[in-house]
Amino acid sequence: MRKSLFMILSSIILIVGGQAAFSGGHSVTLDDVKARGNLLCGVSTGAPGFATVDDSGKDVGFDVDYCRALAAAIFGDPMAVKFVGLTSAVRFTALAAGEVDILARNTTWTYSRDTDLKQTFLGVNYYDGQGFMVKKDLGVNSTLELDGATVCIQVGTTTELNLADYFKENGMSYEPVPTADNAESQQQYLAGACDTYTTDASALHGTRVNLENPDDHLVLPEIISKEPLGPLVRHGDDNWADIGRWVLNALIIAEEKGITQANIDSWKDTKDAEIHRLLGTGDDDILAMVGLPKNAMYNAIKAGGNYGEIFENNLGATSGINIERGVNASWTKGGILYSPPFR
Amino acid sequence: MKASSPSTDEKFQIGMLLSDTRYRGTSLQVITFIIFVAVFFWLVDNTLKNLALLGKDVSFNFLFLRAGYDINQRLIPYSSDSTHGRAAVVGILNTLLVAFVGCVIATILGLFVGILRLSKNWLVAKLMSAYIEGFRNVPVLLWIVMVFALLTEFTPAPKAFKGADPQATMLFFDSVAITNRGTYFPAPILNEGAYWVIFIFILSVFAVIFLKRYADKLKRETGKDFPTFLVSIAILIFPSTILFFALGSPISLEYPYLKGFNFKDGIHLRNSFLALTLALALYTSAFIAEIVRAGIMAISKGQTEAASSLGLRPNKIMNLIILPQALRIIVPPLISNYLNLTKNSSLAIAVGYMDVRGTLGGITLNQTGRELESMLLLMGFYLCVSLLISSVINYYNRSFQIVVR
Amino acid sequence: MSKIAFVQKNKIPPSPAPISEVGFIGWLKQNLFSSWFNTLLTLISIYFIFIILRDFIPWAWGGHWNTKSLRECLDLNPDVACFSVLTARWKQLLFGLYPAEEYWRPTVTFIFLILSMIPILFPKYFKFFWFSVIYPGLAIWLLWGGSIWGVGIVYIGLSLGIFTFILLLKLVSKNTVLAGIGALIFLIVFFMFFSNYLVNFLNIILPIALPPVESLKMGGFTLSLIVGITGIVASFPIGILLALGRQSNLPIIKMICVGFIEFIRGVPLITLLFVASVLLNYFLPPGTNFDIVLRVIIMVTFFSAAYMAEVIRGGLAGLPLGQHEASASLGLTYWQSQRLVIMPQALKISIPGIVNTFIGLFKDTTLVSIISLRDPVGLASTIRADQTWNGIYWELYVAIGLMFFIFCFGMSQYSQYLERKLKTDK
Repeated sequence: MRKSLFMILSSIILIVGGQAAFSGGHSVTLDDVKARGNLLCGVSTGAPGFATVDDSGKDVGFDVDYCRALAAAIFGDPMAVKFVGLTSAVRFTALAAGEVDILARNTTWTYSRDTDLKQTFLGVNYYDGQGFMVKKDLGVNSTLELDGATVCIQVGTTTELNLADYFKENGMSYEPVPTADNAESQQQYLAGACDTYTTDASALHGTRVNLENPDDHLVLPEIISKEPLGPLVRHGDDNWADIGRWVLNALIIAEEKGITQANIDSWKDTKDAEIHRLLGTGDDDILAMVGLPKNAMYNAIKAGGNYGEIFENNLGATSGINIERGVNASWTKGGILYSPPFR
Repeated sequence: MKASSPSTDEKFQIGMLLSDTRYRGTSLQVITFIIFVAVFFWLVDNTLKNLALLGKDVSFNFLFLRAGYDINQRLIPYSSDSTHGRAAVVGILNTLLVAFVGCVIATILGLFVGILRLSKNWLVAKLMSAYIEGFRNVPVLLWIVMVFALLTEFTPAPKAFKGADPQATMLFFDSVAITNRGTYFPAPILNEGAYWVIFIFILSVFAVIFLKRYADKLKRETGKDFPTFLVSIAILIFPSTILFFALGSPISLEYPYLKGFNFKDGIHLRNSFLALTLALALYTSAFIAEIVRAGIMAISKGQTEAASSLGLRPNKIMNLIILPQALRIIVPPLISNYLNLTKNSSLAIAVGYMDVRGTLGGITLNQTGRELESMLLLMGFYLCVSLLISSVINYYNRSFQIVVR
Repeated sequence: MSKIAFVQKNKIPPSPAPISEVGFIGWLKQNLFSSWFNTLLTLISIYFIFIILRDFIPWAWGGHWNTKSLRECLDLNPDVACFSVLTARWKQLLFGLYPAEEYWRPTVTFIFLILSMIPILFPKYFKFFWFSVIYPGLAIWLLWGGSIWGVGIVYIGLSLGIFTFILLLKLVSKNTVLAGIGALIFLIVFFMFFSNYLVNFLNIILPIALPPVESLKMGGFTLSLIVGITGIVASFPIGILLALGRQSNLPIIKMICVGFIEFIRGVPLITLLFVASVLLNYFLPPGTNFDIVLRVIIMVTFFSAAYMAEVIRGGLAGLPLGQHEASASLGLTYWQSQRLVIMPQALKISIPGIVNTFIGLFKDTTLVSIISLRDPVGLASTIRADQTWNGIYWELYVAIGLMFFIFCFGMSQYSQYLERKLKTDK
């Protein structure tokens, strides 16, 4: 009866099911995703550069492109993914309840989120840190001069806790002005309702270059916290976590090796065995271990390019946000982005 | 069993449980009850299973853990070292503050607009109906967001008050500063003897109440009017003022002044508070205005005419004939609008005002991951408030409604 | 006796009223300047209007409509509105992320909605009532797409159920309760065993299908309308039952109804929506997962059912007690008297209240933005997060507010018209 009744409502109801995952070489989540024919990816409802919707209604952004790469790895089709916009307040419950298969919503990897909230972080796709932006004419050059300042901050994020701790440690007082989202914070800051705006430095730089007169604003040099952002999945399905983790790693390795969206087909004759394993052009099919097709990573890289290209298109100069690579450069170029070997 | 029932000798059949009116009520209730209990246990069972799957338990211990976040507006002492429980209390107080102030403003505005809406002045009546329709037909969330933006964009930043030739100046002899971070008022400082002045003032308030009672009694018994208004004002002002100066001005004002980034001292009404209160009050006042208008219109014209044929003057007609009758119609929906305002204050998150939804149901929920417990507490709080308010309505209805049958 | 010196023989025609009492000036004097107080009020009002228009008109009038981004607007003239965001995004505000080539579907659904209302509102066209009956299924199919038989089977099943009911009543027993139970068993058996095959069969012989569109793509005013209208329609029968239950003299049923109504009315909608988005999955068997739009609709239905129940209860209370007594004395049973005497009158009195509940609900659909659905307000934050329009504010919110205003104001005017029209007692 169940089956038939659901059939009736099949146009409305979406059965995801099966969060009762168990570990092993077999992934319940992967099976569900394959059965459904698309990936459900939780992204932000609106974070400049990370996830938003363009004029034509298409999802775009850094986190969006990661999910597209993952979808390409599974299905060979970067469009086989549905994006579920989630606010910071509902993101973890949506993941826990199985509404999304993976959460790529610039989420900071912390101890309690990893353990207490029963999630598995797949790695870091962006090393961020909390910074402060001030107007130059305020005459402040260091966060330590901000005693008594009014601080705009987004509610429901780790930045709130960092802020409280930082000012307390340094014996300073402040007045928080909580806001609902980045756009709101920006408006308050520009109107002068707060002296300084604090959030992840990436967002600050992104916001700053698009202000009317970027030179009137200054991102203070101190970074008061570590904010490693990364995708995460539910506890319990290790195979699914491996898939997500290694798609991310593949993108990073591709940049390291110089494999781009454009030149990916020209690597067939390379002598580098790791590239053959990665692109599935060699003899051994190591991706079968996680239940992916042999050319999964080829498709993932082909979808939106390697890590560097995704960064450039969404956060870098091409995007207009102009964030420097900084620590997010590959370790070969002085950054700390370092993937374990694909072996 | 009722012996008088004509079909008592009929043999009892199982079908009669549903078809016979004597049993149907009871069997219907029993069935409903069984279904209700079954659904309830099904839900609880599901919840427990789901929680077990996620490896969570139900525990309210998080209320006693360190909160770790700061709240800008707090009516009781609170810091980031306080507990989540205390944060919830701070939120509850903030909710109640917004609700109370909002209701007061909404009532005053609503009365004002509702009466002006009936004005014979064409322009005023049209303006008021534009006000009512405008506020009633746009979602309150939009009003909250827009009033907040209005307060932020069109008021000067504290910086504008700085320098030798400031762009903005404080109002009322440098005592009130309207900035885009909020409005700063002078705060009263209570020195020695201040409590005496307050005490005397409270006494005079009681005196005024007694005076009013006396005047009413005098009016009923002799028909004479007593100049209540002037005498009340005199009672309110003189004793306290004389004592105030006799004790050497024990209450002084602490003026806000600009220091560093912000104004210091004085009472600081934050923009988030102002925007939320104002938006809720404006929105609700449109509904109240309609209630007031409907209440006044509902009193039939004959009442006014009968009163004026008795020789009463227009303001007496309003006070003695129309309002007492209209109030009976106005008060119950008025109170339920207060309830709506209180519930709508849960949209505070849109302007970052830290009400109970923002602390307990927002940051605490988010940081601890205790959705079930937080939501239960949150709903419990709102439920208590609303039950309190609806019991007031019921009490009012019982005491003042005309009994028909 | 003195002689009357002069007698007016012919009537003097009335002289025209003084210029200050008639025409435009007279109107002005009577309506705006009849006393010093009125004059003061008028002047204050004019000042207010002036202040508002002085800032608004130049801002809105010179607004840009055709720039590519906010930056371009600011470069041209930063002091006027940048309506280009509406030019670029109006489709999203109306339809959310619905596929562009399928925009006709929500549009047609909306037009059909109006058509389906006609038989209900105007008795003259009652013969088209069948359209109102099939409309809900049609709307679901149009909006979500897929095979038409997925929805059609429900109608087929229900028709067969009613047919069984009548058949049983005619052939087997006169007892409505037994026939009802029989029809119910038939329905359960039908949907359990046969509907699947029938759907497959129908799909083969008559494959009518639209490209499916999932709920995630619904947004903008389409979403507000879907949530608002489904909520109000679905809550109507529940509201009637709750209202009757609350009036009932069966204590347990009354207690459950009162408890439900007071609970729902006692908590803010936003907490219920939070339950929908965060907690509902806890309450359902492990593994089930509804789509968020459906969960929101369920909660909104509960919410408006409680309010609806109170409105209908008001209507019931407005009826004189004599109506109940008279219908009972005619020998009507409880349900007969409800159906034939009480409800038609009570519902008529309640219509303005029902429309008001609907307007309230429609406005409240903006709250779904807080649980990350993309209604117009939610879309506004998404648009503001896009690099092209980052920093835009008033244009978006004023436009959204205006659209809500037009819709709600229209509805309330209509309800007032209906109220006057339905007033049978003068």
